[in-house]
Amino acid sequence: MNKELKILAIIVALVGITYWGIEPYAHSVMHPHHEPATFKYEDLKPLPVKGNAQRGAQAIVNNGCTGCHSIKSQNIPAPMDPVSASASYGVNPPDLSNIGAIVDPKFLANFIKNPTHAALLEHKFGDSKPYPMPAFYGSDQDLADIVAYLVSIAPKNLSDREVFADGCGRCHNVRYDKWTVLGDRPKFKNKVEEADFELKLAKYEENLKNYLGTTPPDLSMYIRSRGGEYIRDFVENPQKLLHGTAMPRVGLTEQATEQVVSYLEYVGDRKKEKRNALGVWVLLYFVIFSILAYLWKKKIWAEVL
Amino acid sequence: MADQKRRDFIGMVFGGFAAAGGLAALYAMKRTWDPLPSVMAAGFTTVDLSPMKDGELRTVTWRGKPIFILKNPPTDNCNKEKDEAQKRLVDIGGSKYLIMIGLCTHLGCIPSWEPEKKVFHCACHGGLYDACGVNTFGPPPRPMDIPPFKVEGTKLVLGEEGPEYKKLVGKA
Amino acid sequence: MAHFEKANSIYEWLDQRLALTKLWKVLAAEYWIPKNINFLWAMGVILMTMFTILVISGIFLLMYYKPDTKLAFDSVNYTIMQEVWFGWLWRHMHAVAASVVFLVIYIHMFTGIYYASYKKGREMIWISGMLLFVTFSAEAFSGYMLPWGQMSYWAAQVITNLFGGIPFIGDELVIWIRGNFYVSDPTLTRFFMLHVFLLPIVIMMLIGLHFYTLRIPHVNNQDGEEIDFDAEAEKYKAGLKKESKVIPFWPVFISKDIFVLGVFMIFYFYLVFYHYNFAMDPINFDPADPMKTPPHIYPEWYFLWSYEVLRGFFFDVGPLSAMDMGLIAFGIANVIFFFLPWFDKNDEVAPAARRGGFFIWFWLLVADMIVLTIWGKLPPTGFNAYIGYVAAVGFLALFAALPALTAGRSGLLRLIIAVTVILFIAGYLQYTKTMGNGFIITLLFIIFYALFFLSPVIVKRVSGGAR
Repeated sequence: MNKELKILAIIVALVGITYWGIEPYAHSVMHPHHEPATFKYEDLKPLPVKGNAQRGAQAIVNNGCTGCHSIKSQNIPAPMDPVSASASYGVNPPDLSNIGAIVDPKFLANFIKNPTHAALLEHKFGDSKPYPMPAFYGSDQDLADIVAYLVSIAPKNLSDREVFADGCGRCHNVRYDKWTVLGDRPKFKNKVEEADFELKLAKYEENLKNYLGTTPPDLSMYIRSRGGEYIRDFVENPQKLLHGTAMPRVGLTEQATEQVVSYLEYVGDRKKEKRNALGVWVLLYFVIFSILAYLWKKKIWAEVL
Repeated sequence: MADQKRRDFIGMVFGGFAAAGGLAALYAMKRTWDPLPSVMAAGFTTVDLSPMKDGELRTVTWRGKPIFILKNPPTDNCNKEKDEAQKRLVDIGGSKYLIMIGLCTHLGCIPSWEPEKKVFHCACHGGLYDACGVNTFGPPPRPMDIPPFKVEGTKLVLGEEGPEYKKLVGKA
Repeated sequence: MAHFEKANSIYEWLDQRLALTKLWKVLAAEYWIPKNINFLWAMGVILMTMFTILVISGIFLLMYYKPDTKLAFDSVNYTIMQEVWFGWLWRHMHAVAASVVFLVIYIHMFTGIYYASYKKGREMIWISGMLLFVTFSAEAFSGYMLPWGQMSYWAAQVITNLFGGIPFIGDELVIWIRGNFYVSDPTLTRFFMLHVFLLPIVIMMLIGLHFYTLRIPHVNNQDGEEIDFDAEAEKYKAGLKKESKVIPFWPVFISKDIFVLGVFMIFYFYLVFYHYNFAMDPINFDPADPMKTPPHIYPEWYFLWSYEVLRGFFFDVGPLSAMDMGLIAFGIANVIFFFLPWFDKNDEVAPAARRGGFFIWFWLLVADMIVLTIWGKLPPTGFNAYIGYVAAVGFLALFAALPALTAGRSGLLRLIIAVTVILFIAGYLQYTKTMGNGFIITLLFIIFYALFFLSPVIVKRVSGGAR
């Protein structure tokens, strides 16, 4: 018995060394460590003035925001359909109904003031290739009012899917949840409707590709291919993890990011809870199995030893 | 004795005949594994070069790989000796063409052509190639590879080895 | 024609026609195994169980899997993983078993090497086992392609490309294997056929052969003792169970195996449920994209050591190109284990601990293969490349030295030393050319040689010349 434990110890040690080398160690070499996301957006400065939501309602119209953006919850419609908008701007400008709930207010103010700077896309956009959303030329007070207004109209509770749709869904498809960059994939009455939708989708995706230089990936399996932690850190600062990427920093709050991760987990790993729950029982089964097997073995070997 | 011989003979004939059948079947099996005619035909891509503009990069797909074609590249940015840079270019109808497999020789990402800087930039690991496709910075170990091609008038056939290709890679 | 009488039970009826009682005796109740064994002798039963798990989980995956480059990824990751009841369980079990089975194979194999169970009449056991190893490797490689993720695709691209190194026919052979100029739909469908039909059939036949090869030489034991199985079996049957040196397969041997199996299953299912990333690489959850190479391409862990032998030769030595040397070394690495019974010139059957220099050779081989495995995964840049080179040359040197070491012929040993020294000097020159000061690599060589050539002498001194 002693000898067998010694053999076991040697095998466990060798397997352990090998495992350590090819998994934790190799991955730490291939994917250097980075600081976890803080969602503080510390490189950006807060506005010097406090905003007033009531004034903001007027300011948002006066400053021309609604010339491109819809605010559906306030009955302000989109001036263009998504495909035409993508043809003009590269991507459909977001509806602003929920933006105050999912985007950090400080980030939002900075983004409106200077979009390329806040989005960390200065390597892609400049004077020769301007960013589709112009920088804000109004006063800081106007800006603060607009942000206060957007925060005031934002609903308190959004589902994970709604957060994803507003935060990521205008560039990324999620085919395992029938989500397209144009919104939910509808049910089609006939082939013409379907072909019509596919054509619109193809046009939108082509505009997006020309705008970003690459087609943003479908995120269906990202929870398994990247993992929640990576997604979380990536959303907070894409350039930190993938230098030179076309993805903008979108300024989601910590909670909104958690909701995005939990949505992706639902989409790409929806059996996770079942897996974790069943595992305990299977392991318990084999523990008891082993105990019984040991007793049986002892009984049988008593005759021969 | 004669009987024995005859039996041996018949046995050998039968054995040989059976083996021939087996070989024929093996041949059929080998052929079934061969690439299909349509696949073989798709292995040769013909590109018409006449509508191309100077300094314009065209990407065509050949055997699942992107092929870069650049007409009259700005060779002033080729870092190597002028001769060596020129050697990578092909003369077709009075114009110079750069033809190469558009995969970074480091790990096969697709570099992008940046006309204002006159370089190919690989976003994956920051490799740089000059306007002749020669690696100048970063991890790529060698210039981008040149695919086998043949020139037919103003048309380029990818996948066949023409005399221009052989001259280019020194196989003449 | 045989004579049949009216049977009194179904068992008797079957027994008359199929000789069940006799069959059971031959296969289990009177199939004799030495008593002097440890839990390493249970690896065969564990392997059999793992193979059964692979077949059963594979059957259910096959019900929903679609071998088409457009459908494969989603059929696995959506249909099987998220829709089919327990589909995720079969997939996880299949993927983890495919990885863990190699761990057990390696343990099984090195047990055989350690206890000298490959020679003196047991050569066919060894060869049939190695054939199983090779077929399992092919099975694993073809199966890894099926989910059509990024790693599936690029591993297939890199591995099939290796055949291009074969002289004259290489380029055409690669196209022939792939069924296209690059890895694509025809490649997937033919590897699907191999994975779900041809190779499993071959594996089953080889398992039969492997069991059969055990019949005549019998299973080895912990001390390499030659046992008169007939005499010992008679003793056992006469009731002298404690005195007999053998035990029957059923129920004595198997009762121990099942206990070991139970413990192993706890480990296995822990991996299946909670720790599967080593077997299901996250990168493979990105769909295959021929136009985009992942930043790091590496094979599954069980191929890393031979992959590193290939990669270890990364610079030209005189007229030999790095690529050719690597391919030759890789080719040798993949077949060399077959010849172990003939490379070992000593016909003594005993644990390595009692075989003098072989003991050191064994542990050096284990250490070298672990180094190769780990460095096979690390990016081959900078100093890592040199560690890979030393380990790869070391691997070949170990096998080249084995005949001389076990036969005690110093002339051959000297030749091998000369050749490896030349290879190491080549490594040194390359190192000083590209990395500057060659102190560390020199140290590495010296350590290798010290361990390799001096330790058998020391061991002999200490153990008073065991051989």
